[in-house]
Amino acid sequence: MLDDQQLVDRKVQSKEAKIAARGVNVHYGVTHAIKDVDVDIDHKTVTAFIGPSGCGKSTFLRCINRMNDTIDVARVTGDILIDNENIYDKKVDPVQLRAKVGMVFQKPNPFPKSIYDNIAYGPRIHGLAKSKADLDEIVEKSLRRGAIWDEVKDRLNAPGTGLSGGQQQRLCIARAVATEPEVLLMDEPCSALDPIATAQVEELIDELRQNYSVVIVTHSMQQAARVSQKTAFFHLGTLVEFGETGQIFTNPQDERTESYITGRIG
Amino acid sequence: MSAFWLLLLVLGIALVSYVLGRGRALSSAGGDIRNLHSLPVYYGANAALFVLIPSLILLMLWMVAQPLVVGARVQASIPAEAVSEGSTIGLVMSDVRRVADGLDLAVAQGVIEPSYATTSDTNLTEVRERLGDVGVALGSDISVTVLTAAQLLRETNASWYFWRTVLVVALALAGLGYAYSMTQKDFRARNTVERVILYLLIGAASIAILTTVGILFSLIFNTVEFFRIYPASEFFFSLTWSPSFGGGSELGILPLLWGTFYISLIALLVAVPIGLLSAIYLSEYASPAVRSIAKPLLEVLAGIPTIVYGLFALLTVGPFLVSFFGQNGHFGVNWMAGGTAVMTAGLVMGIMLIPFVSSLSDDIINAVPQAMRDGSLGLGATKSETIKQVVLPAALPGIVGAILLAASRAIGETMIVVLGAGAAARLSMNPFDAMTTVTAKIVSQLTGDSDFASPEALVAFALGMTLFVITLGLNVFALYIVRKYREQYE
Ligand SMILES: Nc1ncnc2c1ncn2[C@@H]1O[C@H](COP(=O)(O)OP(=O)(O)OP(=O)(O)O)[C@@H](O)[C@H]1O
Ligand SMILES: [Mg+2]
Repeated sequence: MLDDQQLVDRKVQSKEAKIAARGVNVHYGVTHAIKDVDVDIDHKTVTAFIGPSGCGKSTFLRCINRMNDTIDVARVTGDILIDNENIYDKKVDPVQLRAKVGMVFQKPNPFPKSIYDNIAYGPRIHGLAKSKADLDEIVEKSLRRGAIWDEVKDRLNAPGTGLSGGQQQRLCIARAVATEPEVLLMDEPCSALDPIATAQVEELIDELRQNYSVVIVTHSMQQAARVSQKTAFFHLGTLVEFGETGQIFTNPQDERTESYITGRIG
Repeated sequence: MSAFWLLLLVLGIALVSYVLGRGRALSSAGGDIRNLHSLPVYYGANAALFVLIPSLILLMLWMVAQPLVVGARVQASIPAEAVSEGSTIGLVMSDVRRVADGLDLAVAQGVIEPSYATTSDTNLTEVRERLGDVGVALGSDISVTVLTAAQLLRETNASWYFWRTVLVVALALAGLGYAYSMTQKDFRARNTVERVILYLLIGAASIAILTTVGILFSLIFNTVEFFRIYPASEFFFSLTWSPSFGGGSELGILPLLWGTFYISLIALLVAVPIGLLSAIYLSEYASPAVRSIAKPLLEVLAGIPTIVYGLFALLTVGPFLVSFFGQNGHFGVNWMAGGTAVMTAGLVMGIMLIPFVSSLSDDIINAVPQAMRDGSLGLGATKSETIKQVVLPAALPGIVGAILLAASRAIGETMIVVLGAGAAARLSMNPFDAMTTVTAKIVSQLTGDSDFASPEALVAFALGMTLFVITLGLNVFALYIVRKYREQYE
């Protein structure tokens, strides 16, 4: 158990942390998907979640913007604090929370609307644009940041569902950044992208870091090493190791981490 | 042998063929299934199909052809002078058939010796007596000619039945032999079975289409007949509907179409919003427990016979509306003269249609992938924003289909109209007036003692045809909308 000294330490730490998770457990019915996870995600940093498939990375990511609320069987316990406010508190409105904490899903899910309307969806709902010209500008800027502007600028009225898998993935990234979230959760955003588009998305992540915190789930060690400052390694629902990316990759403390990044488990 | 027993026999042969074919395939592969092209069941099924298909087709054709051919032969044997004045050969033939059936029955019950029923010098009065005993009454005009013809009919049929059995069984056995001879391990039995399944499916689909075409043709035929004796321009443009079987009727469709349209409109105005909103509640907001109770309850509405809705309209809704809109009603407006009105029928029909709209829409809304909702919720949209801007647009083609289905039901509904809206054909804007619809008038034109050659009866077919064209148009329109939407978004 924690002694008093540690608690004091944590408090101090969490003041700087953008997101602080304490004792988070997630159950899907009888499946215990996340076991007692504590993690601090700093402001203006990129945090990478790595770990073998099915270890609970997406599940934990979905806890941070309460997307697990939409799954009937999911039960989340523990505390997650964003800016020192517990997001699982009764008085927190998950809708407002999700406007602040954006998400790019593991599977691209464009709306059955035009490319333009896909991007404009969030800004319209939150009233971010004062005029049509304003909205046009937001759409263009977001598409550029999503590294897809050149491919779609001539067919903004074409359906978003008609794009290729990788294009849809970038469309969803652009859609998420269009609402200017303070925290962006990205679940394997580059899984269907070619190296060039991947580089562009990584550039975007780097740019976002100037103002926001980004959490990225990835199966690519190289990507985690390239874009993130902090890395968390999950294994079978537990957070095995969390620390500076350089330290995790060069000098892992836990042998499971070492086995995973050297390719022996996972 | 009767068709039933023959069918059983053929099925038995098919079973034997199945076992034989399967066995032969296995033995040709040396008992090792892996040496076979297809699984053993396919060889069995193939052998059984070779027995069943040709022999059953023959049996079916035979059953169609026999009455025609035998009937024609017997008819030819009746001398022309046997057809009395004022009668027709057709009437005589139906007598012949009746006598023949009577003889069959009598023989079956043992009242008449089989030989007695076939000998030509039977006594007419005695036959009449014996047939009377088994409950077949013969009219006094049955002549010896008819009796002889009936005997000929029975004899010919008997020999045809015999040959039918022989040929069908022979064909079944030939099929068995052929299938058996070609069964060996490299034979592609699986592909043959696959093809038969394809033809089976095509056959099922064509039955539906052919029936539609058949219905259409019978409608067209009678409609053309109607327009030959009644001017089409009158029918389509006259503003009055007043049939009188004495002649001089005015048969304008417009008042009926207006009634149909008006009642359906009110019904949809009730059913679509309520049905859609309850579908949204059930699929998006209701907890599983509420849903599991509320959905079946709503669907019970769809199981109530429409005559019950009609009674509800007549006895409850009509008087209720009159108490508000009628003379000395609570609103003091005196718009409503009696309980039967467009409003009464429309409201009740709307209630009837709610489960159609809600149940179909609920299924369609549920089919929208959760990822779509997650995408919207993840951008900070509320539940109702998500439904309005993502879920409903994605479900729209299906919802339009559901609404048009409800509209077709409304247009075709009869019982509620008869009891709830009255029988007066009237062109009026007042929804509290009694009016009637095309379907209700089709019923009233064809029931009772009507002469089927009069325009008053034939008009029913023209009305039916018009209704058919309108619903067809509605469906084509629905398809068009759905296609257009799909092009845009998928
Ligand atoms: N909706 C759900 N219902 C029930 N169980 C679920 C659900 N979603 C995830 N799980 C279970 O929770 C565990 C963690 O799943 P999760 O999706 O978080 O894995 P992941 O680390 O993201 O894997 P991947 O790298 O393959 O995306 C798995 O065992 C999975 O079966
Ligand atoms: Mg995942």
